[in-house]
Amino acid sequence: MLLALLVLWPLMQIAEFRPSDLFDARNLEVMGGFLGQFFPPNMSGDFLAYALKATIETLAMATAGIALAMLLALPLGLVLTHSLSVSRIGPGSGRGAGEAVRAAARATLLILRGIPELVWALLLVRAFGLGPAAGVLAIALTYGGMLGKVYSEILESGDTRPARVLLESGSGRLMAFFYGLLPGAGQELASYTIYRWECAVRASVIMGFVGAGGLGQLMDQSMKMLNGGEVSTILIIFLLLVLLADALSVFLRKLLA
Amino acid sequence: MSFELDRIGLIHSNGQAQGQRALRAVSISAARGERLAIIGPSGAGKTTLLRILATSIRPTEGRVSVLGTNPWQLSSRELRRLRSGVGFIHQAPPIPPRQRVITAVIAGRLGQWPWWKSALSLIYPADIAGPREQLARLDLADRLFDRCDRLSGGQLQRVGVARVLYQRPDLLLADEPVSAMDPALADLTVGQLHAEAQSRGVTLVASLHAVDIALRWFPRVIGLKAGELVFDLPPAKVSESVLRDLYASETGVLPSQDNQPFHASFEGYATDDTPGGSGQVPLAPPRVI
Ligand SMILES: Nc1ncnc2c1ncn2[C@@H]1O[C@H](COP(=O)(O)OP(=O)(O)O)[C@@H](O)[C@H]1O
Ligand SMILES: [Mg+2]
Repeated sequence: MLLALLVLWPLMQIAEFRPSDLFDARNLEVMGGFLGQFFPPNMSGDFLAYALKATIETLAMATAGIALAMLLALPLGLVLTHSLSVSRIGPGSGRGAGEAVRAAARATLLILRGIPELVWALLLVRAFGLGPAAGVLAIALTYGGMLGKVYSEILESGDTRPARVLLESGSGRLMAFFYGLLPGAGQELASYTIYRWECAVRASVIMGFVGAGGLGQLMDQSMKMLNGGEVSTILIIFLLLVLLADALSVFLRKLLA
Repeated sequence: MSFELDRIGLIHSNGQAQGQRALRAVSISAARGERLAIIGPSGAGKTTLLRILATSIRPTEGRVSVLGTNPWQLSSRELRRLRSGVGFIHQAPPIPPRQRVITAVIAGRLGQWPWWKSALSLIYPADIAGPREQLARLDLADRLFDRCDRLSGGQLQRVGVARVLYQRPDLLLADEPVSAMDPALADLTVGQLHAEAQSRGVTLVASLHAVDIALRWFPRVIGLKAGELVFDLPPAKVSESVLRDLYASETGVLPSQDNQPFHASFEGYATDDTPGGSGQVPLAPPRVI
């Protein structure tokens, strides 16, 4: 305990985290007033219409981002997967080239997911200007990197014999994936993708704060005006979205079972 | 020449102790249309030998030629074409449990079909009659649209056989293809493999755990022990003492499909040491239906 405090204290100094600020009378008053407004949530028709539009924008941003991320992740993930490598059988010709391509794919995925989506968004906002396009691309890049890596890990962790055997009878890599690996791994791939979609919804909210539109931007405005009722409505919408993602995941798993 | 192995040696890349070979100086060749059985105790190297013929492992020593070419000198495109002409029936069928039987059988043609046809078949099978016909030969036509995890071990093994029959390979390899079947089904299945090989004039090489099936069906029987070729004889020349040496069986029990003591039925087979040398004629294979 003492040790923890000793370690924590300098860290908190560096982070300029001063617990006393929390209890400063003026701050308490402002915070209290703000939190007090959380109830009741703002359910006026006007604001709900705004919130609905912002929700759709956020969902569209997250969904488009994840769709693009999948387009990026599937080929890279398949390239990375050892059990789909033809040149490893034997090993045969083109082994060196195969390893080089795999290393390039691994490096690409590393760079994509190594840069946080918010940083991508800030970079892309300069190129595309304020608006959802930057958010969509930022999600596509970072989440493409994550999905690609995890896809190949999921494919590698299951039974890889069916795919290998198909490759050994002359099948191509893509069909070996569809006929040999997907039946066993489909459920897990789908539920991981849905989970990432849920994260993308959150990420697109955060990117709204830097001008990518949607719920984040709306929340930013409400926060700046210290309008607690609006903020709590938006928070309720977040909860509903997470529940929606859960339900979707359960539904997809059932569908694939 | 359907295949030729010239002094093949193989050390598995993973696991084995230094210099421990799964195969040692094995030379076998077969003309197109020949039918060979490989027998030998567990661990003799039967699977390894078949996998070398299937171009799925590369021998450490020696020369391989499969369907007239050295597979390891081909470009990857040519190697893929060669592989699509080699069918391998695995002892444990490598089929995803969730897959439907028809999809598992159709997968035999993935090496021959253009990719879009294979892709469309995931949604709706491009060929239903073909897989059904192959399954019917093995008495499984009624399970066409079942999921593979609803099948018994022997049924799944027959789905694996149907897949390779559907592939129509030029070289038909089978690794203990009937190990999970009862004697009647085993005969049916081995019979269909022979019918396929004979009607299309392709080569059949099967490893078998059951000596009786090997001797009854195959015109050429190869004995493998501890990675070495022990004999390569017509069944009439495979004597009981040769078999006992192969299996190092003091008790006199040789492995057979029905697990009955095998030597009881030995009168049906030729023995090398009978006077006159030619021995008796082996039992004729049951007629293929
Ligand atoms: N993938 C492998 N890695 C390492 N050793 C192997 C592998 N496959 C087989 N072996 C070894 O090679 C020898 C021959 O095995 P195998 O060809 O499977 O025999 P059989 O099919 O006759 O039972 C055995 O000693 C076995 O342990
Ligand atoms: Mg074996």
